[in-house]
Amino acid sequence: MTGIDETANLAPEPVAQSPVVQSPTGEDAEPAAGAKLLPEPVAQSPVAQSPAGKETGPAAGAKLATPGHKVLIQNLKFYYGDSLALKSISLPLYAHKVTAFIGPSGCGKSTLLRVLNRMYDLYPNQRAEGEVILDGVNILRPEQDLNLLRARVGMVFQKPTPFPMSIHDNVAFGIKLYQKLPKAELSDRIEAALKQAALWAEVKDKLNASGLSLSGGQQQRLCIARTVALQPEVILLDEPCSALDPISTAKIEETIDELTDNYTIAIVTHNMQQAARVSDHTAFMYLGELIEFGVTAQIFTSPEKKQTQNYITGRFG
Amino acid sequence: MSDHIVKAYDKELEILGRKIAEMGGIAEKMLSDAMDALVDFDTRLAQMTVDSDPRLDLLQRDIEEQAVLTIARRQPMAVDLREIIATIRISGDLERIGDLAKNIAKRAIKIQGEMHIPRATIGLRSMHESAAILLKDVLDAYAQRDAERARAVWTHDADLDALEDSVFRDLLTFMMEDPRNISFCTHLLFVSKNIERIGDHATNIAETVVYVVTGETLPMDRPKGRTTLSKAPTTVV
Repeated sequence: MTGIDETANLAPEPVAQSPVVQSPTGEDAEPAAGAKLLPEPVAQSPVAQSPAGKETGPAAGAKLATPGHKVLIQNLKFYYGDSLALKSISLPLYAHKVTAFIGPSGCGKSTLLRVLNRMYDLYPNQRAEGEVILDGVNILRPEQDLNLLRARVGMVFQKPTPFPMSIHDNVAFGIKLYQKLPKAELSDRIEAALKQAALWAEVKDKLNASGLSLSGGQQQRLCIARTVALQPEVILLDEPCSALDPISTAKIEETIDELTDNYTIAIVTHNMQQAARVSDHTAFMYLGELIEFGVTAQIFTSPEKKQTQNYITGRFG
Repeated sequence: MSDHIVKAYDKELEILGRKIAEMGGIAEKMLSDAMDALVDFDTRLAQMTVDSDPRLDLLQRDIEEQAVLTIARRQPMAVDLREIIATIRISGDLERIGDLAKNIAKRAIKIQGEMHIPRATIGLRSMHESAAILLKDVLDAYAQRDAERARAVWTHDADLDALEDSVFRDLLTFMMEDPRNISFCTHLLFVSKNIERIGDHATNIAETVVYVVTGETLPMDRPKGRTTLSKAPTTVV
Protein backbone atom coordinates (compact mmCIF):
# COMPACT_ATOMS: atom_id res chain seq x y z
CA MET A 1 0.00 0.00 0.00
CA THR A 2 1.27 3.41 -0.76
CA GLY A 3 0.24 6.31 1.27
CA ILE A 4 -2.78 8.31 0.56
CA ASP A 5 -4.31 9.01 3.89
CA GLU A 6 -3.01 11.57 6.30
CA THR A 7 -0.95 9.15 8.30
CA ALA A 8 0.93 8.16 5.22
CA ASN A 9 1.51 11.76 4.38
CA LEU A 10 3.14 12.22 7.71
CA ALA A 11 5.28 9.15 7.33
CA PRO A 12 8.82 10.09 6.50
CA GLU A 13 9.84 7.05 4.52
CA PRO A 14 10.48 7.88 0.90
CA VAL A 15 8.41 6.32 -1.78
CA ALA A 16 11.26 5.24 -3.91
CA GLN A 17 9.66 3.57 -6.86
CA SER A 18 7.99 5.38 -9.66
CA PRO A 19 4.52 6.37 -8.68
CA VAL A 20 1.77 3.89 -9.27
CA VAL A 21 -1.20 6.03 -9.78
CA GLN A 22 -4.40 4.56 -8.56
CA SER A 23 -6.30 7.61 -9.41
CA PRO A 24 -5.56 8.97 -12.80
CA THR A 25 -6.97 12.24 -11.66
CA GLY A 26 -3.32 12.85 -11.21
CA GLU A 27 -4.43 13.94 -7.81
CA ASP A 28 -2.18 14.23 -4.88
CA ALA A 29 -2.67 10.66 -4.13
CA GLU A 30 0.52 9.07 -5.06
CA PRO A 31 3.96 10.45 -4.83
CA ALA A 32 3.39 11.33 -1.23
CA ALA A 33 5.52 13.33 1.09
CA GLY A 34 8.43 11.00 0.70
CA ALA A 35 8.64 11.60 -2.99
CA LYS A 36 9.36 15.20 -2.37
CA LEU A 37 12.66 14.20 -0.89
CA LEU A 38 13.83 12.84 -4.18
CA PRO A 39 15.79 15.45 -6.02
CA GLU A 40 15.63 13.87 -9.46
CA PRO A 41 12.41 13.62 -11.39
CA VAL A 42 10.58 10.39 -10.94
CA ALA A 43 10.23 7.89 -13.68
CA GLN A 44 8.84 9.09 -16.92
CA SER A 45 5.73 7.00 -17.26
CA PRO A 46 3.68 6.50 -14.19
CA VAL A 47 1.50 3.45 -14.43
CA ALA A 48 -2.12 4.23 -14.21
CA GLN A 49 -4.33 1.37 -13.16
CA SER A 50 -6.84 2.02 -15.79
CA PRO A 51 -5.78 3.75 -18.93
CA ALA A 52 -7.61 6.84 -19.83
CA GLY A 53 -10.01 6.96 -22.66
CA LYS A 54 -11.87 3.80 -21.81
CA GLU A 55 -14.72 5.82 -20.60
CA THR A 56 -15.86 9.02 -22.03
CA GLY A 57 -13.73 11.08 -19.74
CA PRO A 58 -15.00 13.75 -17.46
CA ALA A 59 -18.17 14.02 -19.39
CA ALA A 60 -19.18 17.55 -20.07
CA GLY A 61 -22.66 16.19 -20.49
CA ALA A 62 -22.77 15.31 -16.85
CA LYS A 63 -22.49 18.98 -16.06
CA LEU A 64 -25.99 19.48 -17.35
CA ALA A 65 -27.96 21.89 -15.33
CA THR A 66 -28.76 20.17 -12.08
CA PRO A 67 -30.29 22.87 -10.01
CA GLY A 68 -30.15 21.94 -6.39
CA HIS A 69 -28.29 18.81 -5.52
CA LYS A 70 -25.10 17.86 -7.24
CA VAL A 71 -24.51 15.10 -4.77
CA LEU A 72 -27.02 13.51 -2.47
CA ILE A 73 -25.75 11.42 0.41
CA GLN A 74 -28.35 9.08 1.81
CA ASN A 75 -28.16 6.92 4.91
CA LEU A 76 -24.44 6.59 4.52
CA LYS A 77 -22.72 4.28 6.95
CA PHE A 78 -19.02 3.68 6.94
CA TYR A 79 -17.00 0.98 8.61
CA TYR A 80 -13.34 0.72 9.42
CA GLY A 81 -13.31 -3.02 9.95
CA ASP A 82 -15.96 -3.51 12.61
CA SER A 83 -16.08 0.00 13.89
CA LEU A 84 -18.80 2.23 12.61
CA ALA A 85 -17.33 5.60 11.68
CA LEU A 86 -20.33 7.19 10.01
CA LYS A 87 -23.76 6.53 11.45
CA SER A 88 -26.28 6.96 8.70
CA ILE A 89 -25.49 10.36 7.29
CA SER A 90 -27.85 12.07 4.88
CA LEU A 91 -27.25 15.43 3.32
CA PRO A 92 -26.97 17.13 -0.07
CA LEU A 93 -24.10 18.99 -1.68
CA TYR A 94 -25.61 21.80 -3.66
CA ALA A 95 -24.36 22.47 -7.15
CA HIS A 96 -21.94 25.39 -7.47
CA LYS A 97 -21.96 25.88 -3.75
CA VAL A 98 -19.38 25.33 -1.07
CA THR A 99 -20.33 22.94 1.69
CA ALA A 100 -18.13 22.94 4.77
CA PHE A 101 -17.77 20.03 7.16
CA ILE A 102 -16.82 20.94 10.69
CA GLY A 103 -16.51 19.00 13.90
CA PRO A 104 -13.93 17.84 16.40
CA SER A 105 -11.23 15.35 15.42
CA GLY A 106 -12.59 11.90 14.84
CA CYS A 107 -16.10 13.08 14.05
CA GLY A 108 -15.97 11.46 10.61
CA LYS A 109 -15.73 14.51 8.39
CA SER A 110 -12.59 13.38 6.57
CA THR A 111 -14.04 9.89 6.31
CA LEU A 112 -17.12 11.32 4.68
CA LEU A 113 -14.99 13.22 2.18
CA ARG A 114 -13.06 10.06 1.36
CA VAL A 115 -16.30 8.30 0.54
CA LEU A 116 -17.25 10.93 -2.00
CA ASN A 117 -14.59 9.78 -4.44
CA ARG A 118 -14.29 6.28 -2.95
CA MET A 119 -10.77 6.86 -1.82
CA TYR A 120 -11.43 4.25 0.84
CA ASP A 121 -11.61 1.59 -1.84
CA LEU A 122 -7.84 1.48 -1.81
CA TYR A 123 -7.92 -0.11 1.61
CA PRO A 124 -9.14 -3.50 2.67
CA ASN A 125 -11.64 -3.75 5.50
CA GLN A 126 -13.14 -0.40 4.79
CA ARG A 127 -16.62 -0.30 3.43
CA ALA A 128 -19.52 2.04 2.92
CA GLU A 129 -23.25 1.35 3.02
CA GLY A 130 -26.02 3.59 1.81
CA GLU A 131 -26.03 5.78 -1.23
CA VAL A 132 -23.99 8.63 -2.60
CA ILE A 133 -25.84 9.88 -5.60
CA LEU A 134 -23.87 11.98 -8.06
CA ASP A 135 -26.09 13.40 -10.78
CA GLY A 136 -28.65 10.71 -10.17
CA VAL A 137 -26.25 7.78 -10.12
CA ASN A 138 -25.18 5.96 -6.99
CA ILE A 139 -21.39 6.02 -7.01
CA LEU A 140 -21.16 3.37 -4.31
CA ARG A 141 -22.47 0.69 -6.62
CA PRO A 142 -19.83 -1.96 -7.29
CA GLU A 143 -19.68 -1.43 -11.02
CA GLN A 144 -18.78 2.26 -10.66
CA ASP A 145 -15.61 3.02 -12.59
CA LEU A 146 -13.37 4.51 -9.95
CA ASN A 147 -11.03 6.25 -12.32
CA LEU A 148 -13.84 8.03 -14.00
CA LEU A 149 -15.30 8.88 -10.63
CA ARG A 150 -12.04 10.38 -9.42
CA ALA A 151 -11.75 12.40 -12.57
CA ARG A 152 -15.18 13.82 -11.86
CA VAL A 153 -14.57 14.21 -8.15
CA GLY A 154 -11.13 15.65 -7.54
CA MET A 155 -9.45 15.93 -4.19
CA VAL A 156 -6.88 18.19 -2.55
CA PHE A 157 -5.20 17.10 0.63
CA GLN A 158 -4.08 18.71 3.82
CA LYS A 159 -0.43 18.74 2.93
CA PRO A 160 0.54 20.12 -0.43
CA THR A 161 1.84 17.20 -2.45
CA PRO A 162 3.32 18.44 -5.68
CA PHE A 163 5.01 15.81 -7.77
CA PRO A 164 8.78 16.13 -8.03
CA MET A 165 8.61 17.53 -11.52
CA SER A 166 8.18 20.92 -13.13
CA ILE A 167 5.21 23.13 -12.44
CA HIS A 168 4.08 22.59 -16.00
CA ASP A 169 4.32 18.82 -15.74
CA ASN A 170 2.58 18.76 -12.40
CA VAL A 171 -0.52 20.22 -13.99
CA ALA A 172 -0.13 18.31 -17.24
CA PHE A 173 0.25 15.02 -15.41
CA GLY A 174 -3.40 14.26 -14.85
CA ILE A 175 -4.53 15.61 -18.18
CA LYS A 176 -2.12 13.37 -20.04
CA LEU A 177 -3.55 10.31 -18.38
CA TYR A 178 -6.91 11.09 -19.81
CA GLN A 179 -6.52 12.90 -23.00
CA LYS A 180 -4.06 13.28 -25.78
CA LEU A 181 -4.14 16.98 -26.34
CA PRO A 182 -2.18 18.90 -28.97
CA LYS A 183 0.64 20.80 -27.37
CA ALA A 184 -0.92 24.21 -27.77
CA GLU A 185 -4.19 23.04 -26.32
CA LEU A 186 -2.41 21.41 -23.43
CA SER A 187 -0.62 24.66 -22.71
CA ASP A 188 -3.89 26.51 -22.79
CA ARG A 189 -5.43 24.05 -20.40
CA ILE A 190 -2.50 24.35 -18.03
CA GLU A 191 -2.62 28.11 -18.14
CA ALA A 192 -6.36 28.08 -17.48
CA ALA A 193 -5.94 25.72 -14.56
CA LEU A 194 -3.17 27.79 -13.02
CA LYS A 195 -5.28 30.90 -13.46
CA GLN A 196 -8.24 29.26 -11.80
CA ALA A 197 -6.05 28.30 -8.91
CA ALA A 198 -4.84 31.92 -8.69
CA LEU A 199 -1.26 30.85 -9.25
CA TRP A 200 -0.64 31.86 -12.84
CA ALA A 201 0.73 35.33 -12.15
CA GLU A 202 3.29 33.92 -9.76
CA VAL A 203 4.58 31.06 -11.90
CA LYS A 204 4.03 32.04 -15.51
CA ASP A 205 7.69 32.88 -15.98
CA LYS A 206 9.01 29.71 -14.43
CA LEU A 207 6.79 26.89 -15.57
CA ASN A 208 9.82 24.66 -15.91
CA ALA A 209 10.93 25.18 -12.34
CA SER A 210 10.30 22.31 -9.99
CA GLY A 211 6.95 22.23 -8.25
CA LEU A 212 8.88 21.66 -5.08
CA SER A 213 10.59 25.03 -5.36
CA LEU A 214 7.31 26.80 -4.63
CA SER A 215 6.25 28.00 -1.21
CA GLY A 216 3.77 25.93 0.80
CA GLY A 217 0.83 28.10 -0.20
CA GLN A 218 1.87 28.05 -3.85
CA GLN A 219 2.33 24.28 -3.72
CA GLN A 220 -1.18 23.91 -2.40
CA ARG A 221 -2.54 26.10 -5.18
CA LEU A 222 -0.51 24.01 -7.62
CA CYS A 223 -2.32 20.95 -6.29
CA ILE A 224 -5.62 22.75 -6.80
CA ALA A 225 -4.54 23.63 -10.34
CA ARG A 226 -3.69 19.99 -10.93
CA THR A 227 -7.17 19.06 -9.78
CA VAL A 228 -9.04 21.63 -11.81
CA ALA A 229 -6.94 20.89 -14.91
CA LEU A 230 -8.94 17.70 -15.21
CA GLN A 231 -12.12 19.72 -15.25
CA PRO A 232 -13.82 17.73 -12.53
CA GLU A 233 -17.32 18.51 -11.37
CA VAL A 234 -16.84 18.22 -7.67
CA ILE A 235 -13.74 19.24 -5.72
CA LEU A 236 -13.06 17.84 -2.28
CA LEU A 237 -10.73 19.86 -0.08
CA ASP A 238 -9.46 18.15 3.04
CA GLU A 239 -8.07 20.84 5.32
CA PRO A 240 -6.41 22.60 2.41
CA CYS A 241 -5.11 25.47 4.51
CA SER A 242 -4.10 23.86 7.75
CA ALA A 243 -0.42 24.02 6.90
CA LEU A 244 -0.51 27.49 5.40
CA ASP A 245 0.10 31.03 6.62
CA PRO A 246 -2.79 33.52 6.66
CA ILE A 247 -1.90 35.18 3.36
CA SER A 248 -1.70 31.87 1.52
CA THR A 249 -4.89 30.86 3.25
CA ALA A 250 -6.59 34.01 2.01
CA LYS A 251 -5.42 33.25 -1.53
CA ILE A 252 -6.77 29.72 -1.35
CA GLU A 253 -10.06 31.04 -0.02
CA GLU A 254 -10.23 33.52 -2.86
CA THR A 255 -9.56 30.62 -5.21
CA ILE A 256 -12.38 28.61 -3.65
CA ASP A 257 -14.70 31.56 -4.14
CA GLU A 258 -13.89 31.75 -7.82
CA LEU A 259 -14.06 28.01 -8.37
CA THR A 260 -17.72 27.85 -7.41
CA ASP A 261 -18.61 29.26 -10.80
CA ASN A 262 -17.64 25.93 -12.30
CA TYR A 263 -17.45 23.42 -9.51
CA THR A 264 -19.28 22.05 -6.53
CA ILE A 265 -17.01 22.13 -3.54
CA ALA A 266 -16.85 20.24 -0.28
CA ILE A 267 -14.31 21.36 2.28
CA VAL A 268 -13.27 19.84 5.58
CA THR A 269 -11.79 22.38 7.92
CA HIS A 270 -10.86 22.70 11.56
CA ASN A 271 -10.93 26.43 11.25
CA MET A 272 -14.46 27.51 11.96
CA GLN A 273 -13.86 31.05 10.85
CA GLN A 274 -12.75 29.61 7.55
CA ALA A 275 -15.91 27.57 7.27
CA ALA A 276 -17.89 30.71 8.06
CA ARG A 277 -15.97 32.66 5.44
CA VAL A 278 -15.96 30.33 2.47
CA SER A 279 -18.99 28.11 2.66
CA ASP A 280 -22.62 28.44 1.67
CA HIS A 281 -23.74 25.48 3.72
CA THR A 282 -22.22 23.96 6.80
CA ALA A 283 -22.52 20.48 8.22
CA PHE A 284 -21.58 19.93 11.84
CA MET A 285 -20.60 16.37 12.66
CA TYR A 286 -19.89 14.73 15.97
CA LEU A 287 -18.91 11.13 16.74
CA GLY A 288 -19.89 9.90 13.31
CA GLU A 289 -23.24 11.62 13.27
CA LEU A 290 -24.49 14.60 11.36
CA ILE A 291 -25.73 16.88 14.11
CA GLU A 292 -26.79 19.85 12.04
CA PHE A 293 -26.77 20.86 8.42
CA GLY A 294 -27.85 24.28 7.28
CA VAL A 295 -27.12 27.58 5.64
CA THR A 296 -23.78 28.82 6.90
CA ALA A 297 -25.06 32.23 7.90
CA GLN A 298 -27.57 30.61 10.18
CA ILE A 299 -25.28 27.94 11.60
CA PHE A 300 -22.81 30.53 12.78
CA THR A 301 -25.25 33.08 14.13
CA SER A 302 -28.06 30.98 15.53
CA PRO A 303 -27.61 27.25 15.19
CA GLU A 304 -30.56 25.11 16.11
CA LYS A 305 -28.78 22.40 18.01
CA LYS A 306 -27.18 22.85 21.38
CA GLN A 307 -24.20 20.70 20.40
CA THR A 308 -23.50 22.85 17.37
CA GLN A 309 -23.70 25.93 19.51
CA ASN A 310 -21.32 24.50 22.07
CA TYR A 311 -18.82 23.49 19.44
CA ILE A 312 -18.70 26.68 17.42
CA THR A 313 -18.59 28.89 20.49
CA GLY A 314 -15.71 26.94 21.96
CA ARG A 315 -17.58 25.30 24.80
CA PHE A 316 -17.09 21.72 23.75
CA GLY A 317 -15.64 19.46 26.40
CA MET B 1 -24.98 27.72 29.13
CA SER B 2 -21.88 25.78 29.98
CA ASP B 3 -18.53 27.51 30.23
CA HIS B 4 -16.07 28.16 27.48
CA ILE B 5 -12.94 26.10 27.27
CA VAL B 6 -11.03 29.38 27.49
CA LYS B 7 -11.96 30.83 30.88
CA ALA B 8 -10.82 34.35 30.04
CA TYR B 9 -13.50 34.45 27.36
CA ASP B 10 -16.21 33.79 29.95
CA LYS B 11 -14.73 36.50 32.08
CA GLU B 12 -14.86 39.03 29.25
CA LEU B 13 -18.48 38.28 28.52
CA GLU B 14 -19.31 38.46 32.19
CA ILE B 15 -17.68 41.87 32.55
CA LEU B 16 -19.61 43.16 29.55
CA GLY B 17 -22.86 41.94 31.06
CA ARG B 18 -22.02 43.54 34.39
CA LYS B 19 -21.30 46.88 32.79
CA ILE B 20 -24.64 46.79 31.00
CA ALA B 21 -26.31 46.12 34.35
CA GLU B 22 -24.50 49.09 35.84
CA MET B 23 -25.56 51.33 32.96
CA GLY B 24 -29.12 50.12 33.36
CA GLY B 25 -29.09 51.02 37.04
CA ILE B 26 -27.74 54.50 36.37
CA ALA B 27 -30.22 55.15 33.56
CA GLU B 28 -33.15 54.08 35.72
CA LYS B 29 -32.03 56.30 38.56
CA MET B 30 -31.46 59.27 36.24
CA LEU B 31 -34.96 58.95 34.87
CA SER B 32 -36.63 58.76 38.25
CA ASP B 33 -34.48 61.56 39.73
CA ALA B 34 -35.13 63.81 36.77
CA MET B 35 -38.88 63.32 37.11
CA ASP B 36 -38.78 63.83 40.87
CA ALA B 37 -36.79 67.01 40.33
CA LEU B 38 -39.35 68.21 37.81
CA VAL B 39 -42.39 67.47 39.93
CA ASP B 40 -40.89 68.65 43.22
CA PHE B 41 -39.10 71.71 41.77
CA ASP B 42 -35.85 70.29 43.15
CA THR B 43 -32.97 71.98 41.29
CA ARG B 44 -30.32 70.29 43.38
CA LEU B 45 -31.59 66.85 42.42
CA ALA B 46 -31.88 68.01 38.83
CA GLN B 47 -28.26 69.11 38.81
CA MET B 48 -27.19 65.80 40.34
CA THR B 49 -28.98 64.02 37.53
CA VAL B 50 -27.18 66.10 34.94
CA ASP B 51 -23.89 65.34 36.66
CA SER B 52 -24.31 61.59 36.58
CA ASP B 53 -24.59 61.47 32.80
CA PRO B 54 -20.84 61.43 32.06
CA ARG B 55 -20.51 58.19 33.99
CA LEU B 56 -23.02 56.62 31.63
CA ASP B 57 -21.15 57.91 28.58
CA LEU B 58 -17.92 56.53 29.93
CA LEU B 59 -19.43 53.11 30.53
CA GLN B 60 -20.83 53.02 27.04
CA ARG B 61 -17.46 53.79 25.53
CA ASP B 62 -15.91 51.14 27.74
CA ILE B 63 -18.38 48.53 26.63
CA GLU B 64 -17.87 49.35 22.98
CA GLU B 65 -14.12 49.08 23.24
CA GLN B 66 -14.35 45.84 25.19
CA ALA B 67 -16.81 44.38 22.72
CA VAL B 68 -14.68 45.30 19.72
CA LEU B 69 -11.63 43.82 21.40
CA THR B 70 -13.45 40.61 22.22
CA ILE B 71 -14.66 40.29 18.64
CA ALA B 72 -11.12 40.79 17.39
CA ARG B 73 -9.60 38.39 19.85
CA ARG B 74 -12.15 35.60 20.13
CA GLN B 75 -14.04 35.68 16.84
CA PRO B 76 -17.28 34.99 18.70
CA MET B 77 -19.86 32.76 17.08
CA ALA B 78 -23.56 32.10 17.48
CA VAL B 79 -24.93 33.04 20.90
CA ASP B 80 -21.65 34.67 21.93
CA LEU B 81 -21.68 36.83 18.85
CA ARG B 82 -25.28 37.80 19.52
CA GLU B 83 -24.44 38.58 23.15
CA ILE B 84 -21.62 40.89 22.19
CA ILE B 85 -23.54 42.67 19.46
CA ALA B 86 -26.33 43.06 22.02
CA THR B 87 -24.06 44.76 24.54
CA ILE B 88 -23.05 47.27 21.90
CA ARG B 89 -26.65 47.98 20.98
CA ILE B 90 -28.04 48.04 24.50
CA SER B 91 -25.28 50.29 25.79
CA GLY B 92 -26.15 52.70 22.99
CA ASP B 93 -29.81 52.67 23.96
CA LEU B 94 -29.04 53.15 27.64
CA GLU B 95 -26.71 56.00 26.88
CA ARG B 96 -29.47 57.70 24.92
CA ILE B 97 -31.93 57.10 27.75
CA GLY B 98 -29.42 58.85 30.02
CA ASP B 99 -29.26 61.80 27.62
CA LEU B 100 -33.02 62.09 27.55
CA ALA B 101 -33.23 61.94 31.35
CA LYS B 102 -30.52 64.59 31.54
CA ASN B 103 -32.56 66.72 29.19
CA ILE B 104 -35.61 66.38 31.43
CA ALA B 105 -33.47 67.43 34.41
CA LYS B 106 -32.22 70.50 32.53
CA ARG B 107 -35.77 71.52 31.75
CA ALA B 108 -36.68 71.01 35.39
CA ILE B 109 -34.05 73.63 36.21
CA LYS B 110 -35.24 75.97 33.46
CA ILE B 111 -38.90 76.06 34.36
CA GLN B 112 -38.05 76.70 37.98
CA GLY B 113 -40.51 79.33 39.30
CA GLU B 114 -42.56 79.35 36.11
CA MET B 115 -44.74 76.41 37.01
CA HIS B 116 -48.15 77.83 37.77
CA ILE B 117 -50.18 74.67 37.37
CA PRO B 118 -48.88 71.73 39.39
CA ARG B 119 -51.53 69.43 37.94
CA ALA B 120 -49.93 69.92 34.55
CA THR B 121 -47.43 67.25 35.52
CA ILE B 122 -49.98 64.58 36.46
CA GLY B 123 -50.05 63.10 32.99
CA LEU B 124 -46.28 63.21 32.82
CA ARG B 125 -46.08 61.33 36.06
CA SER B 126 -48.13 58.47 34.75
CA MET B 127 -46.05 58.49 31.59
CA HIS B 128 -42.99 58.27 33.77
CA GLU B 129 -44.44 55.41 35.79
CA SER B 130 -45.21 53.55 32.62
CA ALA B 131 -41.74 54.21 31.14
CA ALA B 132 -40.00 53.25 34.38
CA ILE B 133 -41.82 49.92 34.39
CA LEU B 134 -40.87 49.28 30.76
CA LEU B 135 -37.26 50.08 31.52
CA LYS B 136 -37.14 47.94 34.63
CA ASP B 137 -38.86 45.05 32.88
CA VAL B 138 -36.57 45.15 29.88
CA LEU B 139 -33.47 45.29 32.07
CA ASP B 140 -34.76 42.31 34.03
CA ALA B 141 -35.54 40.52 30.77
CA TYR B 142 -31.95 41.14 29.68
CA ALA B 143 -30.49 39.99 32.99
CA GLN B 144 -32.53 36.80 32.88
CA ARG B 145 -32.33 36.35 29.11
CA ASP B 146 -36.12 36.16 29.13
CA ALA B 147 -37.47 36.61 25.60
CA GLU B 148 -41.12 36.45 26.70
CA ARG B 149 -40.72 39.28 29.12
CA ALA B 150 -38.89 41.29 26.50
CA ARG B 151 -41.70 40.68 24.04
CA ALA B 152 -44.18 42.01 26.61
CA VAL B 153 -42.21 45.25 26.90
CA TRP B 154 -42.16 45.53 23.15
CA THR B 155 -45.95 45.28 23.05
CA HIS B 156 -46.63 47.55 26.00
CA ASP B 157 -44.76 50.52 24.66
CA ALA B 158 -47.99 51.30 22.82
CA ASP B 159 -49.55 52.30 26.15
CA LEU B 160 -46.88 54.93 26.59
CA ASP B 161 -47.53 56.33 23.14
CA ALA B 162 -51.22 56.59 23.99
CA LEU B 163 -50.44 58.42 27.23
CA GLU B 164 -48.25 60.87 25.36
CA ASP B 165 -51.21 61.75 23.17
CA SER B 166 -53.37 62.57 26.14
CA VAL B 167 -50.61 64.63 27.78
CA PHE B 168 -50.27 66.53 24.54
CA ARG B 169 -53.95 67.42 24.58
CA ASP B 170 -53.87 68.43 28.24
CA LEU B 171 -50.92 70.74 27.77
CA LEU B 172 -52.48 72.22 24.67
CA THR B 173 -55.56 73.03 26.73
CA PHE B 174 -53.47 74.84 29.37
CA MET B 175 -51.72 76.84 26.72
CA MET B 176 -54.97 77.91 25.15
CA GLU B 177 -56.38 78.88 28.51
CA ASP B 178 -53.56 81.27 29.31
CA PRO B 179 -50.68 82.31 27.08
CA ARG B 180 -48.45 82.69 30.14
CA ASN B 181 -48.55 78.92 30.39
CA ILE B 182 -47.03 78.49 26.96
CA SER B 183 -43.41 78.68 28.01
CA PHE B 184 -43.40 76.00 30.68
CA CYS B 185 -45.99 73.90 28.89
CA THR B 186 -43.71 73.78 25.88
CA HIS B 187 -40.96 72.51 28.13
CA LEU B 188 -43.33 69.91 29.49
CA LEU B 189 -44.23 68.90 25.95
CA PHE B 190 -40.57 68.20 25.34
CA VAL B 191 -40.44 66.26 28.56
CA SER B 192 -43.31 64.08 27.41
CA LYS B 193 -41.56 63.56 24.11
CA ASN B 194 -38.41 62.57 25.98
CA ILE B 195 -40.26 60.02 28.05
CA GLU B 196 -41.88 58.65 24.95
CA ARG B 197 -38.42 58.30 23.37
CA ILE B 198 -37.19 56.52 26.45
CA GLY B 199 -39.98 54.01 25.88
CA ASP B 200 -38.77 53.59 22.31
CA HIS B 201 -35.27 52.83 23.53
CA ALA B 202 -36.72 50.31 25.97
CA THR B 203 -38.43 48.57 23.07
CA ASN B 204 -35.17 48.62 21.13
CA ILE B 205 -33.55 46.86 24.04
CA ALA B 206 -36.47 44.42 24.12
CA GLU B 207 -35.87 43.61 20.46
CA THR B 208 -32.20 43.05 21.19
CA VAL B 209 -32.99 40.73 24.09
CA VAL B 210 -35.27 38.64 21.90
CA TYR B 211 -32.48 38.48 19.33
CA VAL B 212 -29.92 37.37 21.90
CA VAL B 213 -32.12 34.63 23.24
CA THR B 214 -33.75 33.32 20.09
CA GLY B 215 -31.62 34.55 17.22
CA GLU B 216 -34.79 35.96 15.68
CA THR B 217 -35.58 39.55 14.93
CA LEU B 218 -38.96 41.02 15.79
CA PRO B 219 -41.13 42.39 13.00
CA MET B 220 -40.49 45.91 11.78
CA ASP B 221 -43.92 47.13 12.78
CA ARG B 222 -44.48 47.49 16.45
CA PRO B 223 -48.03 47.78 17.80
CA LYS B 224 -48.86 51.49 17.88
CA GLY B 225 -50.90 53.51 20.37
CA ARG B 226 -54.65 53.67 20.12
CA THR B 227 -55.22 55.33 16.80
CA THR B 228 -58.47 57.04 17.85
CA LEU B 229 -56.56 58.99 20.45
CA SER B 230 -53.60 59.87 18.37
CA LYS B 231 -55.79 61.33 15.66
CA ALA B 232 -57.45 63.86 17.92
CA PRO B 233 -54.48 66.16 18.61
CA THR B 234 -53.45 66.32 14.99
CA THR B 235 -56.84 67.73 14.10
CA VAL B 236 -56.49 70.37 16.80
CA VAL B 237 -53.12 71.41 15.46
